[in-house]
Amino acid sequence: MSEPTRFEPPISAVSEPYWEATRERRLVLQHCDSCERTVWYPRVLCPHCGGTDLTWSDACGHGAVYAVSVQYRPGHPALADRVPYAVALVDLDDGVRVMTSVVGCAAEDVHIGQRVRPTWEELSDGRNLLMHEPEA
Amino acid sequence: MIRQHSVRGAAAVVGVADAVSPDGVLQGSLRALEVQVIREALESAGLSLADVDGLATCTGGMMMPSVELAEYLGVSPVWTDSTQTGGSSFEIHVEHAAAAIASGACEVVVIVYAQTPKSTFKRGGARFLGGLPSGGADIDQVPRVEWEIPYGIQLPIGAYSLAASRHMAQYGTTSEQLAQIAVSTREWATLNPNASLRGPITIEDVLASPMTASPLHKLDCCLVTDGAGAIVMTSAERARDLRQRPAYVLGAGTAHSHSMISQMPDLTVTAGRESGAKAFAAARLGPGDVDVAQLYDSFTITVLLALEDLGFCGKGEGGSFVEDGRLGPGGSFPAQTSGGGLAYTHPGMFGMFLLVEAVRQLQGSCGPRQVPGAEVAVAHGCGGVLSATSTIILGTEATL
Repeated sequence: MSEPTRFEPPISAVSEPYWEATRERRLVLQHCDSCERTVWYPRVLCPHCGGTDLTWSDACGHGAVYAVSVQYRPGHPALADRVPYAVALVDLDDGVRVMTSVVGCAAEDVHIGQRVRPTWEELSDGRNLLMHEPEA
Repeated sequence: MIRQHSVRGAAAVVGVADAVSPDGVLQGSLRALEVQVIREALESAGLSLADVDGLATCTGGMMMPSVELAEYLGVSPVWTDSTQTGGSSFEIHVEHAAAAIASGACEVVVIVYAQTPKSTFKRGGARFLGGLPSGGADIDQVPRVEWEIPYGIQLPIGAYSLAASRHMAQYGTTSEQLAQIAVSTREWATLNPNASLRGPITIEDVLASPMTASPLHKLDCCLVTDGAGAIVMTSAERARDLRQRPAYVLGAGTAHSHSMISQMPDLTVTAGRESGAKAFAAARLGPGDVDVAQLYDSFTITVLLALEDLGFCGKGEGGSFVEDGRLGPGGSFPAQTSGGGLAYTHPGMFGMFLLVEAVRQLQGSCGPRQVPGAEVAVAHGCGGVLSATSTIILGTEATL
């Protein structure tokens, strides 16, 4: 255990497999056995068809920036020394949209349509937080 | 397909009141402010607390706002509503109340709101930090804390900024066009002595104000002030015997599409498309029939999306629609005539003040900011992060 350097996500009952996989820097997502769609965020039922048979499987995590906002003030006091940073919504090739932060380039250079790939930031308890960086 | 049971014209707003001060600070407790505006609204109609048999509110108390307030007031409602959808709560209360009055469930409804975030902050109280759970909820029930807050997004502004970024990329909307909404709204505020911000501004002023979450600037954002407001509704039949010119509820519609911004299906389309269509259908009117609009202006982008989603202009055309200043005084589309959440007041849920101003415009009591001949008004609330909308269309006797 190290000291947290950002607000670290709590673990909801249903999302334990997600967070366990992040310990190995693996992205897993739920898929609905009934309608075969991918589900985000983790749930006990599929929001597309109401099915309750959901299976975790590996995802690629690459995607394209759908929307982006550069934060010039920290959303949490622990991030004060990181501004400006880019918060984005990314449409994953896996078929879902996630909130993320795009790092590895200047925050102002992150743009809609930009291709990004997963990168991970280690949390204090050994889990990793999904982030993104430019693909090329 | 939803079958519309129209309650068109069956109920009316017969009294309104608000408490807003130019410095944004109100004296007195929340209960004192609630009592003040309730009494004022009832008295303006020629009614008293003894007439009230329905009560709606969505803040205050421990967990049952309308029940706790009713006890304090000494009333025993036969109809009650504590529905909480953020900024659109009071439009939903009006929709529910109109249906209840039309069905005979109750006869005189009071809807009330008071919050004093500015006073609380001045006293050193906690400021809204953007969605950390306050206790009592399971993490499963507040997914934002697990999937959004860790990324350091400022809420609510960051969510609205994401929507603005998408609209700009998809439709070419510019920061100047968004700024024009703030400029036009400020022009109205110069005509309202109770507005917090009364000095005129330019597009350059908006663009030069600090950017906290791109692409929105400080002057694209609403105020944080104290404020209180109340609305009294009754049946059309009883309304005709009261003191004020009734503002009849012609149509109402509500919809929500998501709770947190990362779950919004399309960041350029709000649930207003559905709530607006339902309201206009019930009113048997179209966007072209509206004389004065009160659209929720938590941020300039909120207005732009509402203009498109309610059909005042086409999708993607909001920027060019507003850029000639038509939303301002003397313009062809008067909107947010109080000065809005951007310049009049914004205690957290501006939906109450949208309704108060819409009714005052129909009563003809707005003084220098009166829109001449206003017969049809729309109040469009938007709560959460573009999450929950409710659209109310009000009209004078001539529109029935």
